[in-house]
Amino acid sequence: MPRPGFVLDVDRSTPPILFHHGEGFRLERLPADRSRVIYPAEPLPALRHPDEAIRQALCNPVGDSPPLPELLRAGMKLTIAFDDISLPLPPMQRPDIRQRVIEAVLDMAAEAGVDDVELIAALALHRRMTPSELRHALGDRVYDAFAPHGLLTNHDAEDPDNLVELGTTDAGEVVEMNRRAAESDLLVYVNINLVSMDGGWKSTATGLSSYRSLRHHHNVRTMEHSTSFMDRHRSELHHSNWRMGEVIRSSGPRIFQIETTMNNNVFGTEGPMAVLQKREWEWTARDRVSFTAMRKGLEQLSAANRRRIFQNWKAPHAMTSVQAGEVEAVHEVTLEHTYAQHLVPVEGQTDILTMGLPYICPYNVNSIMNPILVMCLGLGYFFNLYRGKPLVRKGGVLIMSHPTPWEFHPVHHPSYIDFFEQVLAETTDRHEIEQRFEKSFAEDEWYRHLYRTSYAYHGVHPFYMWYWGSHALAHLGRIIVVGGDVRAVRRLGFQPASTLTDALEMASDVVGRDATVTHVHNPPILMADVT
Amino acid sequence: MSGRHGAERNRLPVNGRALATTAKAVAPAMMARAKQSVRAALPDGLAPPTMPGGIEPPPSRRSVGIDYDTDWARTYPARLARVVLLEGMVRPGVTALARPTVRGLDRLDDLDGPAIFAANHHSHLDTPLLGTTIPDPWRHRLVIGAAADYFFGNRLTAPLSALVVGAIPIERQKVSRRSADEAAALIDDGWSFLIFPEGGRSPDGWGQPFRGGAAYLSLRCEVPVVPIHIEGTGRILRKGRSLPKPSPTTITFGTPLHPRTDEDSRRFASRLEREVAALADESRTDWYEARRRAHAGATPPLQGPEVGAWRRTWDLGDRSPRRKRRARWPEL
Repeated sequence: MPRPGFVLDVDRSTPPILFHHGEGFRLERLPADRSRVIYPAEPLPALRHPDEAIRQALCNPVGDSPPLPELLRAGMKLTIAFDDISLPLPPMQRPDIRQRVIEAVLDMAAEAGVDDVELIAALALHRRMTPSELRHALGDRVYDAFAPHGLLTNHDAEDPDNLVELGTTDAGEVVEMNRRAAESDLLVYVNINLVSMDGGWKSTATGLSSYRSLRHHHNVRTMEHSTSFMDRHRSELHHSNWRMGEVIRSSGPRIFQIETTMNNNVFGTEGPMAVLQKREWEWTARDRVSFTAMRKGLEQLSAANRRRIFQNWKAPHAMTSVQAGEVEAVHEVTLEHTYAQHLVPVEGQTDILTMGLPYICPYNVNSIMNPILVMCLGLGYFFNLYRGKPLVRKGGVLIMSHPTPWEFHPVHHPSYIDFFEQVLAETTDRHEIEQRFEKSFAEDEWYRHLYRTSYAYHGVHPFYMWYWGSHALAHLGRIIVVGGDVRAVRRLGFQPASTLTDALEMASDVVGRDATVTHVHNPPILMADVT
Repeated sequence: MSGRHGAERNRLPVNGRALATTAKAVAPAMMARAKQSVRAALPDGLAPPTMPGGIEPPPSRRSVGIDYDTDWARTYPARLARVVLLEGMVRPGVTALARPTVRGLDRLDDLDGPAIFAANHHSHLDTPLLGTTIPDPWRHRLVIGAAADYFFGNRLTAPLSALVVGAIPIERQKVSRRSADEAAALIDDGWSFLIFPEGGRSPDGWGQPFRGGAAYLSLRCEVPVVPIHIEGTGRILRKGRSLPKPSPTTITFGTPLHPRTDEDSRRFASRLEREVAALADESRTDWYEARRRAHAGATPPLQGPEVGAWRRTWDLGDRSPRRKRRARWPEL
C-alpha cells in the first residue's frame, strides 16, 4: 500500500533536503524548528489490466452518453483528437496511454466499418509534434496506418480555412474550433490528465481552438482570478472554458471524452533515478553512492549533454484510472482520481515558500528550459498546485532553485527570444506587457509562418507563459532565484542569490528573521490542500 | 555452355549413393570388431560382459528421436553456453541474413509469467530468428518444440538442437501424450514454449492449417498464447533449398490470447490461426486496414487463395520487397 503524502517538521536531526536544480541537484539544510517539508504520496498502484479497463470504460460510459460502439457506424466522419507533447511529464515509457486508448477506439471503429477517420494532435498554440514524437505517443501501428495518408495531423490554429466559428458565449467569448473536428459526426478526445488543470472542456475548447478564442481566457485578468487554476471550481480559466463548452455542446460536434489519470511514478523504483523518489532519511548507502556519483558526473558534463541525458528519460508512469463518456461527468470522476494521488493536507500558510525546479516543464520537452519557462514553471505551475489557500501568505517570499540559463531553443522558441530581449528589457509589468506588446507578437507573420511550417511555439506563447504567473506575481512580496544566471534572473525582475542561506537572509528583509519556511518536495507532483 | 552441362562436368567420379549404402552395410560389423578389440584389451571385471548364448538380448533403448532426454540442456552451464552461442554466433548470422524488423513488442508489456509463442513457419531460419527476437525475460527461459524425427533423428543433431536452440522433441507423425506431458511440465515449471502450429515448413510459400498443440497446451497450463507472424524467411531459405539468400524479414508480435471459456483446443487453434493471418495482413498493409478486415471476417487466409497452383505462386511473387510490382497482363 503506497504511503500518503505528509508534512515533515524540520528539526536538527533532519538530513539535508533534495532540491531539484534544472539538470542537477542541490542538498540543502533548512532552518530547524521553523521549517517544514511537504512530501508527495507514493505512486498509486497501476491498473492491472489497462487494456481491459479501457475497453470497459468505452463500453460503460459515465454521464449522459451511449457506449462508444453505439456511436460508431459505417459511413460516418470520425475524428480522434489527443493531447500533445506537453503531456505527460516527463514523457512516458512506451506504450503511451494515448496509444492504448486510441488503439481501443480504432478497433471499435474498425469493427463498425468506419472509413473516414482522422487523428489530430490538439496542440492549440504549442509547437507541432515531430514525426518521432507522434510515433512515440501513438505507437507504430497507429502512426503507420494514418500518417502516410495525411490522416494524422497537428492542429493548425492559424489556418483560416481549417477553422470554424461555432458561436459566442454569454460573456462574449468567441468559440472557434478546428473545422475537421467541428464538422465530424463524432469527436473522440483522448486525454492524459497529469494534473487537475487538465481535461474537461479545456481539452476541446483550448486544444482545438485559435488565438481568437484563447485570448478570452489566456490573459492577465483571468489568471489573476484563478485561485488556483489547478482547482477547477475556483479557476476563472476553467469557468471560461466551461462557458465555451456550452457553445460547443449546442453548436459543435458530438463529443465522447476519454480521460485517464496516472500515478506519479516519475523516476521509478529501480535504476539510477530511483533515489530522487525516496525520502532523504530512507536513502541507503547504495542510494547515497549513486546520487553522489550522478551529481558529480553531471557536473562534469556540458549543459547540452546534461540536457540530452535528462530529456531521454522516459518515466515509468502507469495508468490509475480511465473514464469515458460525457465531458463534465467524466471530468468530475477524473478529478477524484487526480486528487487521490496528488493532494497532501497542509495546515496554515507559510512566510517563505521554497521549491527546487526540475529540468522539465510542459513547454520544453526535447528542448531548452529558458528563463521565461523557469518563471512559468515556478510561479505558474508549482505556485498554483494548491487547493484552498496559497501555500505562502500574501506578501510572502518565494525562493526557487534553478540555473536559469540565458539560453533559448532557436527552433522551438523564436518569439521567446524577442520577448526576453525586447519586451522584458523594457518592463516586467504584466498589464503593460499585455497592453503594449501582445497583439504585435500574436499577429506577426514570421512567427505565424514558423508556427505553421516549422516546430515553433506561436508568437504569443511567451506572453501566456508570463500571464501564467500573474496570480503569483500579484500575491508575492519578493521572488528570489538560487543558483541562477544573475543577468537572466534580474531580467525577469527577480533577485538572484548564490545559496539558500543567502536567499533566506534576503527574504528576512520582507518577512522578518523568524519567518516560517515551507519546502515543496516536487517532483513527483503533489498538490497542497491548504486549510 | 548451359548451367546444367557445367554442373555435370564438375561432378566427382564417385557415386555418393552407392558409397552411403556400402557404409551402412559394413558399419555394424566394424563396430562389433571395435568392441571386441576394446573388450580384449581390458582386464576382467572392467571389460563389458558378453551376452550368454541362448539368452534373448533385451531390446536396446533408443536414445534419440522422441526418447532423447533434454534435461541437461536446461541446466545452468548449458543455458550459459546457449546464451554465448546465440549472442556470439547465431545473432550476427541471423542479422546478416534476415535483417529483421520487429513490430508489436509493446503488446507484450502486460504479459507476466510463461507464455506459448506460436508462429507461422516457412524456413529453418524461423527458429534462430525467433530465438534471438523474443524479448527478455522469455528468451532465456524458452524451449522450442522441434520435430523429433527430423531434429532429434541422430546422435549429432539431437544434442546440437537441444543445446543451440533449447529444443525438445515433439512427435509430429502421431498424437503423442508424452510430448504434451513434457511440454506442459516445462511450462508449469516457468518455461515459455515456442511452437510452430503448422507442424512443418511451408511447402509452397503459403501457410498450412494450424494444428491444436499450442491451443491444447494453453488450455491445459492456463497460459496465454502469443501469436507471431514471420514474413520473409521463405525468401531466404525455403523448404527444399540448401543455400540461404539474404533478404529482409518482418516479425510481428500479436496481443497475447487467452482461451475463452467456451473454446476447446480446436476452436482456439482456429482463432489463433486467424490472429496470425491478421498479423500477416497488418504487416502487408497497415494496422487499421487489417483490423477492419479482421472485424469484417475478410482477412486473407494464411493458406492463400484457393486457386490453381500457378496462380498461388503468382500471388506469392509480389510479396518480395525486392521485386518491383509488375503490371499484370492485361493492364486495363
